[in-house]
Amino acid sequence: MLRVEGLYTEYPNEKGEIVKAAQDVTFNVPEGKLFTLLGPSGCGKTTTLRSIAGLERPRLGEIAVNDRVVYSSAKKVFVTPNRRGFGMVFQSYAIWPHMNVFQNAAFPLEVGDRSHSRQQVREKVMRVLAAVQLEHLAEREATKLSGGQQQRLALARALAMEPQLLLLDEPLSNLDAKLRERMRFELKRLQRELGITTVYVTHDQSEALALSHEIAVMSEGRIQQTGTPRQIYERPINSFVADFVGSTNFIDGSILGPEEGDNRYRVRTEIGDLSVLATESFRADEKVLISVRPEDVELSEARPEAAVNVREGIVDQKVFLGEVVDFQVKLGGRVLLSRQHPSLRTPIGNPVFMQLDPEKCVALRAV
Amino acid sequence: MTAPPAGRRHFDWSWVVIGACVALTVYIAIVPLGFLLWQSFFTPQTATKAAVFTLGNYAEAYGSPETARLFWNSIQFAIGTSILAFVIGTGLAWMNERTNTPFKNLFFALSIIPLIIPGILFTVAWILLASPKIGIINLALKTWFGVEQPLFDIYSLGGMIWVDGLHYSPMAFLLMSAAFRSMDPALEESAMMSGANVFQVAWRVTLRLTWPAIFATLLILFVRAIESFEVPALLGLPVGIQVFTSSIYQAVHKYPSQVGLASAYAVILLLITTAGVYFQSRLSSRGNRYATMTGKGFRPRQIDLGPWRWVTAAIFIVYFLLIVVLPFLVLLWSSLQKFYAVPSWQALQNLTIEPYRFILTYPNITRSIWNSLLLALGSATAIMLVTSVICWIVVKTRLPGRWLLDNVASLPMVFPGLVLGLSIMIFYLNFDIGVYGTIWIMFIAYITRFMPYGLRYNTTSMLQIHKELEESAQMSGASWWTTFRRIILPLLKPGLVAGWIYVMIVSIRELSSSILLYSPGTEVVSIVIWELWENGQYVELSALGVLFILALFVMVMVAQWMGRKFGVKE
Repeated sequence: MLRVEGLYTEYPNEKGEIVKAAQDVTFNVPEGKLFTLLGPSGCGKTTTLRSIAGLERPRLGEIAVNDRVVYSSAKKVFVTPNRRGFGMVFQSYAIWPHMNVFQNAAFPLEVGDRSHSRQQVREKVMRVLAAVQLEHLAEREATKLSGGQQQRLALARALAMEPQLLLLDEPLSNLDAKLRERMRFELKRLQRELGITTVYVTHDQSEALALSHEIAVMSEGRIQQTGTPRQIYERPINSFVADFVGSTNFIDGSILGPEEGDNRYRVRTEIGDLSVLATESFRADEKVLISVRPEDVELSEARPEAAVNVREGIVDQKVFLGEVVDFQVKLGGRVLLSRQHPSLRTPIGNPVFMQLDPEKCVALRAV
Repeated sequence: MTAPPAGRRHFDWSWVVIGACVALTVYIAIVPLGFLLWQSFFTPQTATKAAVFTLGNYAEAYGSPETARLFWNSIQFAIGTSILAFVIGTGLAWMNERTNTPFKNLFFALSIIPLIIPGILFTVAWILLASPKIGIINLALKTWFGVEQPLFDIYSLGGMIWVDGLHYSPMAFLLMSAAFRSMDPALEESAMMSGANVFQVAWRVTLRLTWPAIFATLLILFVRAIESFEVPALLGLPVGIQVFTSSIYQAVHKYPSQVGLASAYAVILLLITTAGVYFQSRLSSRGNRYATMTGKGFRPRQIDLGPWRWVTAAIFIVYFLLIVVLPFLVLLWSSLQKFYAVPSWQALQNLTIEPYRFILTYPNITRSIWNSLLLALGSATAIMLVTSVICWIVVKTRLPGRWLLDNVASLPMVFPGLVLGLSIMIFYLNFDIGVYGTIWIMFIAYITRFMPYGLRYNTTSMLQIHKELEESAQMSGASWWTTFRRIILPLLKPGLVAGWIYVMIVSIRELSSSILLYSPGTEVVSIVIWELWENGQYVELSALGVLFILALFVMVMVAQWMGRKFGVKE
């Protein structure tokens, strides 16, 4: 549905230096799916989104929606943003303070190419306002809305023109934590119900994991990995992705050789030899980095039955967080982080057994 | 302000400094105003007759049909000027902030032009350009196209509006640029994403959102126009188009001078400017309702004008010619003549630097330069120091009545320069403490007039100093005075330096207050220019004008260099 190919966007910053904001960005979003661009600030995700919107003019590449090319450097096509017909929600919501709720949502229907009768405008606006549960506030001044309501109004406005594509630029980042969690569900429900193709930009990995059909993790202007939330989380392809999405333990090691089973390798590490999983093939003696999520480091006071990847360590520090307890376990010179159910109450200084499921230890190419 | 602990042994100087600053502020801001009001109700005092109470001044001022005309002229002039300045300034601001017009780095010059070309020189230059008899533009049209009737007559209401409107347009440009810049670009982008075209975005979003700023800008331009003196005096008086400021000047300079009548005019002028400034400040504070929360501070998308960008560039270049190049060139030309002559082949043969020699040996010139410099340095230093204390009280303490102090110190903002000069003149004529006729009276006038600017510069940087910085100095055992000297003043430095330079530059070009207060021996440079004009010494005036502009230009450049060095952001 949305096709972005070889996108390259640069712009001069305040000092006049050229910033290469997006480099060789390529992805496809199928009809009705929510696609997320995830990355730290300055990684080029917003520039990519703005290039799709037409607010930024790329240097190279092609952008097409349902085979309608809206930008192409080769064919010299650039459709201005007001002719693309995409809905967009900005980080600051950009609610016009001089209009009320209804007028804000009705604006796209009044200025667009297709003309609507007053009755049609009213119907369509009330329908989108109802979809975001703002219909009872239609006559309220936009500046009198709370943050969450403004966010919903911005969404309603973007949906009012029934766009082919919805672009969301960190729509939840200005809300407080509780509200953000609730809006996450709202947004997901709405997107799934309307089945509208959506590109979502965020720096918040839990938001990305919760909402998306597919995620592209970006860093320094390039897409590092594209995949489903589960693939991104469980099978990161490099240390940047593993580190940026969720928290992880990194263990240095070098390959001893392949093991029985798919993509299994034996690795010599600073905490002894481990059985690990790899998403690419390695030769012997190659340097690797092993990523293990804290929740995949199993702790027990008794020695576990299975003999694979079991080590004995000492509880060095622990932090009680309510639903979980974070343990720091000392193993020789290393400290590994493990996330456990609060029922495990091993005191600090006591020995504890640690088991690393080989399926969850991912070997990454060391750089 | 934490009160000094009870029973402290040695004398607490803080209260002396604070008290002195407050007293000085109240004295210079309020007292002359009171006297102006008082004077407007009395007959002129002469050697034989004491002043008696009368409503005659008001009767004369407001009873005659003459006044109705005066009022009408003033309003027409001020509205015309403010609209012209606003339209030009806003157009340029939009071009600069929102489009890809070429030569944009020239736009920066717009912020310094009003500082380097004083009103009187700008007016004189435009007389040389567009007067019906000697105006170069008219004569050129005559020779080239055989236009018999002079096309432009600068000595008319239209001419006055043209010159003053051009002169204030950079101010409109700066104010509207700030308004455009403070707007969240996402507000415009979201309109564009909604399908609106360039025109719809500009009309339905940009313009509506900047509405408070537009209105505030118009008001401040109106106030500036109605209190402007040079243009009405030079262009209006010769043909009998009088406005309030020029009438005040005439009433004082009549023999016998009618100070009471001048005061009565001044009071109504003051009422108009007060109303203007009041509504303007109300509007600015209410403008916060529209204060737009900004997102990431993405640079706003610039509208690609396509080939139209050469049109906007041409507009800008024409404007630049009108406001800088032509006025400066005409002054330069006339400064190189023995007697004023319009440019011609023959006149070109007669170029001379005689006027410069004349100016440099002009009897008053050295003294007037000295006076100008002394006054500028003195008032800038005094203002910045006093207002730093005032602003500390207003911003940092919980002293009751501090808002009043803020308003009192800002009060001179509503005084037109001429009215301020008049009230100070009246006051020190009646209370002879030996300043009348000396340079000190001008010093007082400058301090009063420019105090609000100093206050504003200081307040901006004072707001950025966190209270805890001061408190930790106190906790370290520093006294109030030590804290102020060692902590507050150094942290204020960027604001202090910027304000000091600004006050210096505006003081050097001050004319409308000085014109009622100077006496032989205390002339300043702008007064010498005025005198040369009165004497009809155009070429000598031009020579002085060229030198003056160059000197101001150097000062502004040094100021900006210093500003960068001290990290002043403007």
